[in-house]
Amino acid sequence: MVIALRGFVIGLLATALAATPAPAAETVKIGFITSLSGPAGIIGKHMKDSVELALDHLGRKVGGLDVEVIYGDDQRKPDVGKQLADEMLKKHRVHFVSGIIWSNVMLAVAPTVTQAGTFMIGTNAGPHELAGKMCHELFFTTSWQNDQTPEAMGKYMSDQNLTDVYAMAPNYAAGKDMISGFKRYFKGRVVDEVYTKLGQQDYQAEISQLRAKNPKAVFVFYPGDMGIQFVKQYVQAGLREQIPLYSVYTIDEVTLPALKDVALGIVETRYWSPDLKNDANRKYVSDFRKKFGYTPSFYGAQSYDGILLIDSAVRAVRGDLANKKGMIAAMRKADYKSVRGPYTYNVNHFPIQNFYLLKTVKGAGGDVEMQIQKTVFEAHKDAYHRECGMK
Amino acid sequence: MNLLLILEQALNGLQYGVTLFLMAAGLTLVFGIMNLVNLAHGSLYMVGAYLATTFYQWTGWFFGGVVLALAATLLTGIALEMVALRTLYERDHLDQVLATFGLILFFNELIAIGWGRAALYTGLPAWLGGHVPVLPGVRYPVYRAVVIVVGLAVAALLWALVARTRVGMLIRAGASNRTMVAALGINIRLLYTLVFGIGAALAGLAGLMAGPIYAVQPGMGEEILIQVFVVIVIGGIGSIRGALVGAIIVGMVDTLGRAFLKPTLATFLSPSAADSAGPALASMLIYLLMAVVLFVRPQGLFPVRAR
Amino acid sequence: MTPSRRTVALVAGVLVLGLVPVAAALFNQPFYIDLFRRIMIFAIAALSLDLILGYGGMVSFGHAAYLGIGGYAVGILTHHGVPNGYLQWSLAILASALIALVIGAISIRTSGVYFIMITLAFTQMLYYLGISIEEYGGDDGMRLARRSQFPGVIDLSDATAFYYLVLGILVLFLFLSHRIVNARFGMVIRAARSNEARTLAIGFAPYRYKLAAFVIAGAMGGVAGALLVNHTEYLTPEFMHWTRSGEIMFMVILGGMGTLVGPLVGALVLLLLEDVLSAWTVHWQIILGPFLVLVVLFGKRGLVSLLPGGAGRG
Repeated sequence: MVIALRGFVIGLLATALAATPAPAAETVKIGFITSLSGPAGIIGKHMKDSVELALDHLGRKVGGLDVEVIYGDDQRKPDVGKQLADEMLKKHRVHFVSGIIWSNVMLAVAPTVTQAGTFMIGTNAGPHELAGKMCHELFFTTSWQNDQTPEAMGKYMSDQNLTDVYAMAPNYAAGKDMISGFKRYFKGRVVDEVYTKLGQQDYQAEISQLRAKNPKAVFVFYPGDMGIQFVKQYVQAGLREQIPLYSVYTIDEVTLPALKDVALGIVETRYWSPDLKNDANRKYVSDFRKKFGYTPSFYGAQSYDGILLIDSAVRAVRGDLANKKGMIAAMRKADYKSVRGPYTYNVNHFPIQNFYLLKTVKGAGGDVEMQIQKTVFEAHKDAYHRECGMK
Repeated sequence: MNLLLILEQALNGLQYGVTLFLMAAGLTLVFGIMNLVNLAHGSLYMVGAYLATTFYQWTGWFFGGVVLALAATLLTGIALEMVALRTLYERDHLDQVLATFGLILFFNELIAIGWGRAALYTGLPAWLGGHVPVLPGVRYPVYRAVVIVVGLAVAALLWALVARTRVGMLIRAGASNRTMVAALGINIRLLYTLVFGIGAALAGLAGLMAGPIYAVQPGMGEEILIQVFVVIVIGGIGSIRGALVGAIIVGMVDTLGRAFLKPTLATFLSPSAADSAGPALASMLIYLLMAVVLFVRPQGLFPVRAR
Repeated sequence: MTPSRRTVALVAGVLVLGLVPVAAALFNQPFYIDLFRRIMIFAIAALSLDLILGYGGMVSFGHAAYLGIGGYAVGILTHHGVPNGYLQWSLAILASALIALVIGAISIRTSGVYFIMITLAFTQMLYYLGISIEEYGGDDGMRLARRSQFPGVIDLSDATAFYYLVLGILVLFLFLSHRIVNARFGMVIRAARSNEARTLAIGFAPYRYKLAAFVIAGAMGGVAGALLVNHTEYLTPEFMHWTRSGEIMFMVILGGMGTLVGPLVGALVLLLLEDVLSAWTVHWQIILGPFLVLVVLFGKRGLVSLLPGGAGRG
C-alpha cells in the first residue's frame, strides 16, 4: 500500500542516481577485515603489520596506482564482519576485500562480497565449503584449505609407521575438520578421538585419560591460548619424553613466545616457515623483524602475499580496475613472488603448494624457533576441488 | 576403566576445585559482606598473574615475585575499591554487574596496551617443575600438588581469620547488620576496604598460581569467572564454607564428567553418537548441576543468614 | 491526555527512521539502510528485554538465547527446504515462547543474583549445544541460502522493503508494549518489581504474571532473531553467547530502563558508537568500558532522562 508505493518511488530515484557512470579508478581501495581487538587481536596485528610491510615494499602503490587500505575489526563475530563488508562495499566502494581469520566470519562475508561483484582475497580462513560447492570466480585465497595441513601430518605420521595415535581437538567445526583431515591420510590405528570444550583451560583430566590409554603418539589441534595451555600442561605432566606430541596450528610464531623451551621437539606441518629459503621470504622476514621487532607468522605471510597477489592482478590489466575478467585470469597464474616460493592455483582458487615438516628447535641465536626438516607433500591439492564447478 | 584412573581423576578434580576455591573465596567474601557483585574480580586475577610473571622475569626470584605480586594486587584492589567501587555498595546488583563489566573491558585493554596482546611466557623454577609418584605409576606434577596444599592452607587460614579473630568477628557482624556495627563505633568503611583488599589478594593469589599452568593474556579472567560464579551460587553466596564445598563439587563433577562421560555413554550409544554427545554434555554439566541445585535449594547449599 | 515529551520523541524518532532510506537514496549511500536496519533489529531485541528488565525487574542474562532460537528456526527450516516465511516465523515465535516458558518456570523461582546466574547458565547450555550440532554448522555457523519467502506480499531481498518491514514490526511492538505495560497485566508486573510482598498481599500471584511476561519477551526476542538472521544471511551459536545478552542489556540501560523509547535510543547510540569508535582506534574498548561504567553510575535513568521533562515515571 503506502509503504509499497513509497518503496517504488524510492527505488526509482535510487536507480536514476545509480545510473551515473562510475568515476575513473585512480586509487585502488582495499578493505582488510581481521580481528584487531580482544584476545584474538594479536593475530590481527600480525596480519595488519604484514599488509603494511607489503605496501612499503611496493612503494605504497598497487599495480602502479595509489592505494588506500581500510581496516575493519570484525571482533570475531560473523555479523559484525558482514556489516564491515557491507560498509566497505557500499560506503567506501572498495575494489578488493581481503583478510579474515575465522571460518565462520568468512562464510558470512565471502558470499556477500562475491555476489556484489567484488573480489574476495582471503588470507587465512579456508573452509571446505568455499573450496567445494561454494567456490566462486571472484574468490581467491593465499592461505590453504583447512584440511590440508592435518592431511600432511597424517601422511608424515603414516610414513613413520606410527600407529596407536591419540587425537585431540576442541569440540567445534575446525577441530572436527582437523581430525577428519588427519584421518584421511593416516593409515595407522587411532586409539581415541577426544573433543574438549572450546576455550577450556585445564587439561589435566584429559592428560590422565591419555596416559591411561598408553598411545604411541598424540596428535592435537589446539590454536591460540588453548595450545599454550595444553602444551604447558602436557610437558608439566612429564609426557613430552614418553609420548611424542604432533600438532597442527598449535605451535606457531604467535604461541611460541609464550612457550619457548616448553615446545622444544614438537613437530608440526605447514606450507611456510620463516626459514623457508627463497629470496622473497628472506626479504620479508628480515625486513619484518627490522620494522616490527618480532618474527612474522604464517598469518602475516599470507596477508603479505594477498597484497602482492592483488598488485600482480592490477598490474596485469594496467590499472583498468573494471576489467575483472582480466584480473581473474591474472590471479589464476599466481604470477608474483610469493614468500612460499612459486605455486599454482587449483580450479577452486586455492593454492596447490608444498607442505613441510617443521620442528621446534633452538635456533642459532638461542631463540626457540621452528625450522623446516623435510617436504611432506609436493604440490598438494585440497580434497574438495572436485566439488567445485569451475574449470 | 580401572580404579587407579578413577583415583587419579579424583585427585585432578580436587586440584581443579581448589583452584576454583581460591577465586571463589574472594568473590563470595566481597559479595557476602558488602553485597557487591564484582565481575572485575577476574581482572584482579589477571593482574596477579601478570605482575607475578613480570616480577619473576625481572628479579629471577620466584618467591620474591609471588610476594611482590600479592602486595601489588592488594594495593590495586584497594585503589579500585576506593576510586570506583565505593559508589556501588548502595546500588542494586544489576548496576554492579554492568559497572564492573565495564571495568573488565577497561582492564583488559589496559593490560593489552601495557604488555601487548600476545600471551606472556611463564616459567617455573626447577624445583617446582618435577613430579611426585603420588599413586603407583602416576607421576603427578609437583606444581599441582603445591596448588592443592596452598589452596587448603588458605581455606584453613580464612576459617581461622573469620571464626577466631577479632577482625573476623567484625566481618561477620558487618555481614549480619551493617548499621549496628557502625553504630557501635566501628569504622565500617575501613572494614569494607580491608575485606575488599583480602578478596583482591585472594584473586591475585589465584591468578599467580594459575599463571604457570594457563595462558597469561588479556581476558584470561573471564573464562574462569563464569565457573567461579557457578561455584558460589551452588555453595551459597557469602559462605566461605559453601565456596569450598561448591568448588570441590564443581571441580569433581567437571573433571570426572570430562573424563568418564564419553566412555560411559559409549556403552549404550553408538561410538559416533557418544563422540558428539559426550563432549557437548560435559561442557554443559556444571550448568546443569547449578540449575538442579537452585531448583532444590534456591539459596544454594549453605545460605548465609539473611540480614 | 496530552502526549508527553517522550511520546513526541518516540514519534519523531520513528519518522526520522522512516526517512532514512529516502535520504540514503538521495545521497547514494545504500550502506545506511543496512546499518539502520541492523540497529532497529537490535532495538526490537532491546525492547523485548526492557519488558522484563525495565518494567519487571528481572535481570535476564540469557536473553540473547531467544535471538538465537528465532534465528535457528528460520535457518533450520531453510536448510531443510522450507523457505516459507509464514511457517518459519511462526516456528520462531513458538519455539522461543516455549523455551522461555521452560527456562522461566525454573528461573523465576529464584531472585536476585541467583536469577542472573541461572539465566546465564541456560544460555551457555544452549550455546554449547549449538556448537556441537554439526548438521547445522556447529560454530562455523549456517548460511541462509534464501531469505524468508513471503510470495506476493513482500520480497525481503529488496533492501528497502525489508527495511520498512522491520520498521513496521518495531512500531507494532512499541504499540503492543505500550498496551501491555499500561494494562492491568503490566501494572502487576511493575508492582511486583516494586514490592513483591505487597503485591501478594493485594491478591495477585506475581509468579504467573512474571512468567507470562518472560514468555512474551522471549517470543519478541524470537522475532528479532528471525529478522537478524534474514539481515545477516548467516548465523552462528555465538548469537546466543552471554556477552551478547550483556550488549543488549547495555542498550536498555543506556537508553533508559522502564521506558519505551529507551531501548531504541540505546540501540542507536551503542551500535553507532561501536561503529565509529572501532574505525578510529584498535583500543576502542578502553573508551567504551569506562563510558559504560559512567553511564551506570551517573546516568541511571538513561539517556532518555536527559530529554527535557523526560524524568517522569519509571
